[in-house]
This record gives sequence, structure tokens and C-alpha cells, in this order.
Amino acid sequence: MKRRTFTSLVAGMSLAASLMGTSAMAQDNMRIALVVKALGIGFFEAAAEGAEEAAAELGNVEIIYTGPTDTTAEGQIEVINSLIAQGVDAIAISANDPDAVSPALQRAMQRGITVISWDSGVNEEGRQMHLNPSSTPLIGNTILKLAADHMPDGGQVAILSASATATNQNAWIAAAEEVLPNYPGIELVATVYGDDLSDKSYREAQGLMASYPDLKAIIAPTTVGILASCQAVSDAGKIGQVNVTGLGLPSEMAGCVESGATKSFAIWNPIDLGYSATMIAHALASGAATAEPGAEIPTGRMGSVTLDDTNTAAMSDPFTYDASNIDQFKDIF
Amino acid sequence: MTETPRSSIPDRLRSPLDRRLKSWETLLLAVAIAIFVVNSFTSPYFLNVWNLSDMTFNFTEKAMIAFAMALLIIAGEIDLSVASIIALASTAMGAAVQVGVGTPGLVLIGLGVGLLCGAFNGVLVTRMGLPSIVVTIGTMSLFRGISYIVLGDQAYRGYPSDFAFFGQGYVFWVISFEFVLFACLAIIYYVLLHKTNFGRAVYAIGNNPVGAEFSGIRVARVKFILFLLTGLMSGVAAICLTSRLASTRPSIAVGWELEIVTMVVLGGVNILGGSGSTPGVVIAAFVMGLVTFGLGLLNVPGIVMSIVIGALLIGVIALPRLWQTWRLQAAKR
Repeated sequence: MKRRTFTSLVAGMSLAASLMGTSAMAQDNMRIALVVKALGIGFFEAAAEGAEEAAAELGNVEIIYTGPTDTTAEGQIEVINSLIAQGVDAIAISANDPDAVSPALQRAMQRGITVISWDSGVNEEGRQMHLNPSSTPLIGNTILKLAADHMPDGGQVAILSASATATNQNAWIAAAEEVLPNYPGIELVATVYGDDLSDKSYREAQGLMASYPDLKAIIAPTTVGILASCQAVSDAGKIGQVNVTGLGLPSEMAGCVESGATKSFAIWNPIDLGYSATMIAHALASGAATAEPGAEIPTGRMGSVTLDDTNTAAMSDPFTYDASNIDQFKDIF
Repeated sequence: MTETPRSSIPDRLRSPLDRRLKSWETLLLAVAIAIFVVNSFTSPYFLNVWNLSDMTFNFTEKAMIAFAMALLIIAGEIDLSVASIIALASTAMGAAVQVGVGTPGLVLIGLGVGLLCGAFNGVLVTRMGLPSIVVTIGTMSLFRGISYIVLGDQAYRGYPSDFAFFGQGYVFWVISFEFVLFACLAIIYYVLLHKTNFGRAVYAIGNNPVGAEFSGIRVARVKFILFLLTGLMSGVAAICLTSRLASTRPSIAVGWELEIVTMVVLGGVNILGGSGSTPGVVIAAFVMGLVTFGLGLLNVPGIVMSIVIGALLIGVIALPRLWQTWRLQAAKR
């Protein structure tokens, strides 16, 4: 009988041993939790790197980088509950669901925790402010500028988008068309749709080169489209003649940049995003800034952000990647 | 009594106290207490009534379904569609909110959809004689598929404010409504399984369905009722979870079926049917809640948490067997 009880204790303790190892942390540090959609995603690991950079710069800040195993709202709620229990000073979250995590975050705010969202937002009741990586006008301008930068004499450009009904892409293209007059000599000859399918995008890119022999650049504000266009340009032997640019992922685009089919492209920089989110969370939690429409919150080396009517702010222009920095980022995301 | 060969008849049966001390439930309880003690030492935030109250939300909804699932597994069947029933019931409630149905109506719809789904599984298994694991893998995709067709990437929100009580309300001080419901259901299922003819029929079916049939037990009817109960409990869990999230998305409760089955098996229910108890499942629910919350307080990544739960399951099941084998071998020598 005694021996059996002992067994059960051993069973419990061997499990318990895996729990040991971490002791209580210093209490005087400000603790900012960076909650991500799921752990093990390169984009978010990079954001955590930015958050650590901000913490080092601020001093006395401890970053708790956490998130569920899979991208579920329920998993994030368990994480939020545990952060509330630990009484962290601030939570900066990229939400798996804008609504489902809101009640848990409201409870966090009731208990005096500063809550902001970044990347993927939370509805207005569930956070004090939201940080977008960029904004529609900034993206529209950037994709056009990337093409224009490599066309000193002007010329024809075409856009290869996702589907004709893609909300984001349509907004970005409209923003680009609006600033077109700022780039004299640049002529937008066509907008085609590859539906975010590799093969269709590839054929559309081929079609563009056939229809417009003088085409100087293809702008694809979609990660599928830019990769397919780059492939089409390479296969047609038009590297150096047609520049492919737009929005892409460094890991996928490394080959295109290397071959020269793409001189530069853009996407938000996760390191800057994690850095800015931490700076904002710190400013709000320490009382140095208040989250209200029109407020300007300093974000260290990134300058500052201004909140709009819904307490939403845009961080900056999308970050430009080219031959000089692609190797640094291609392993990140 | 350790020296007697296995085949001989003992002089007297083991005393009830002896039996109780050596039972599965005692082992689990010891594990639960050990984890509780370890958690109190490893995290300064653990021993706080509000935090402990928050912890219960990690398992109450899953445990409600686990009670019914335990009966189903004891009877030799299984229902893997429970999480999808939650999704469908939640979607139905969300759709009802859009046309202005009030809280009592929503509860009825949630329970009704749960019952209907359970009946659907039950008919396919008992009338058509299909294996339950095959049927419920099918309905797992079917029920959630309907939610995806209805909602796509959209969400239902706007639940009435009094509906929030089920998932966010407190009955008394830190005692949440969900916890009270969990406790009441635990008692109801204890009585049903251990104190009624119905419960004895469930064990009989699990041990020998043919024998049970010849003993005058209406096997198909009992099994059908068990599927109904599991569906109903999924409906109850859907009400609580939807209320807690204050929104519905088709991805709600993804992956819960495996966590619920884990809880049941950890609770000592034989996955092949025939044995198990409600108190075991109750303690297993606490063990899983304590482990995930304890690790969460230490900000252990979710991936490690899954590993610990897996190790716990294998460990708690394997250790007593290993102990027994070792003792038998020692006795032979």
C-alpha cells in the first residue's frame, strides 16, 4: 500500500520536475508581453527580435514573447489569462480573431493592463490602440516609387494584381494611380489579374510582355504575382529589360533579386513592427502618452505615429529589400 | 498478499479502503496535488483566488463534453465530431442573433442543434450499424463544413449583453457560472453512471455488447441516448464558449475533440470500453487545467505544453503497468 502511494508521488514529481527551473523574476522591471498568432513563425520571431531591441534601448523592460501552438483564438485567450494572472504591465497582441479575444483583453484592461494590437488588429473595445505596419496611401506610393526608381527616363509599367475583387490590392492600386502624376514620364499601360494563382499570374505576365514590347516594369502588389512575374521575365530572357517589383516575401524573392529580375521590392519589416509596438506599449503603460484620437506617440528610431479616429496608427512606408539586405532577411520570413 | 501466485483464490477480498487507496483516482489525485504544490512554488502568481478562478476556464467547457464522452467510450463507441458540433451550434446561434432572437431562444437553439447533431450520429451508428469512429470522422468535417459555408471568413457578433453571463458571469465571488455548471454536471453524470440501471447497462454494453443484448438490455437504444447526450453536452459547451468569446467564427473550438478524448483517457476510462469512472474524468480535467495554467504562468511555449500533456498521458498510464510487471517479476524470483 505504501509502495503504491510512493509510486504515485514519483509519477507526480517526475512530471513536476519539468516544471521547475524558472524562478520569480524581478518585480521592478516593466513587463511587456508580445503575444503572437502562433509560436515558431519566422515573421513573429523577427518581431520579437525588434521588441528585444526596443527593450534594450529603454532599459528596465522585460519582454515576454508568447503565443499559442496553433493559430486559434481559444489558445490566445489561455495565454492572455495567464498574462493577466502574472500582472504584466502591457500586452501587445497580433490577434487570431478580432472579436473572440476581445472579452479577455477587456478584462486585462479592467485590471490595469495596457493593451495594444499590432499587425492583426482587435476590435475597438478590446484594445487601446492598433498599430498597422503601413497604410494604403503609403503602400500605393511605395510600389510605384520602386518601379520609378529604376526608370530614370520614364516608360511603360503594368500592374499584375491578385483577383479583381481583392479588397487590399484594389485599394493599393487606387492609391498608386492617385500619386501617378507625381512621377512624370511613367505611363501605366495595363492592370491585369492573376487571381493569386501561380500559373495564371505567369501567363498574364507573359501576355503583358507580348502586348507591350517596350514594357519597363511589372508591379505586382501580391506575393504570388511578383514571384510568377519574376519567373516569366527570367524564362523570356528579359532580365535587365523588364524589372519586376511590388510586394513579396524575402525568403521567396531571394532568387529573383540574385538573378537581377527584381531590383528591389517591399514588404513590412517585422523587426521594425515589433520594435514600434514595444515602444508604444511602453509609452502608454508608463503614462508618457495617452491613446486618444490625434495623439502622437514617439517610437524611438522609427520616429512617431499619429492615431486616427479609431485609435489606429500606421507605422511607416513598407521596407525596401534589395541586393544589399536580402541575405539578412531571407531566412527570417 | 504479495507472495501468493496469481491463480490461487485469496483468503479474503481486498478491503474497500485498500481498494480505494490503490485506485486510479487516488493516483490521479496525487498527481493533481503534486502539480498544485509545484505550481505554488514555481510561480508567485499561482496562489491567488482570481487566478485560480481564471484557470478553471481552461477546462470547464471541455470537461462538460468529456463527461458524456466518457459514457460513450465506456459503452465502446466514440464521438469525434464534438468540436464540430460546437461550431455548428455556435453558428446557428450567431445566425439567430442576426434576426433578433433573445437569450432564452439562443440557449434553446444551441441545445437543439447539439441534440440534432447527436441524433444524426446516433442514427447512423445504431440504425445503419456503421462504426462510430468512421461516422463521426465524417460528421466532424460535415458539421464544421456547414459553418464554413455559412460564415466563410466572416464572424457573427452582437450577442445580447445578458447572453455574456454563461461564459463570463460569476455566481458568487470568484465562482464562475461555468464552474458551477461543471460541478452540477459532474454530480449528475456521477449519479447516472454509478447509481442507475442505465449506468450499469453502459458498462455491460462496453464489456460485452452481445451478452448485454441477450440480457435484455436494449443496446441500440442506450447507445442512441449516449450520442444524444454527447450532442447535448456539445451544445451546452457551445453556449458557454460562444458567450465567453462573444462571437462566432467557423474555426471555433478547433482540435478540441482530441483534448476531450485525452481528458477521458487520462481519467482512467478504457479506450476499448468497459471501464472508467466519472470522478476520474473530473480529476483529469483539473490535472490538465493545472498543468496548462502552471506552465502558462512560467511562459512555457505551447509546443512544450503539448509535449508535457502527451508525456503525462503516457506516463500516468504506463507507470502503474510497469510497476505491476516489475512486482510480478520480483515475486517470481
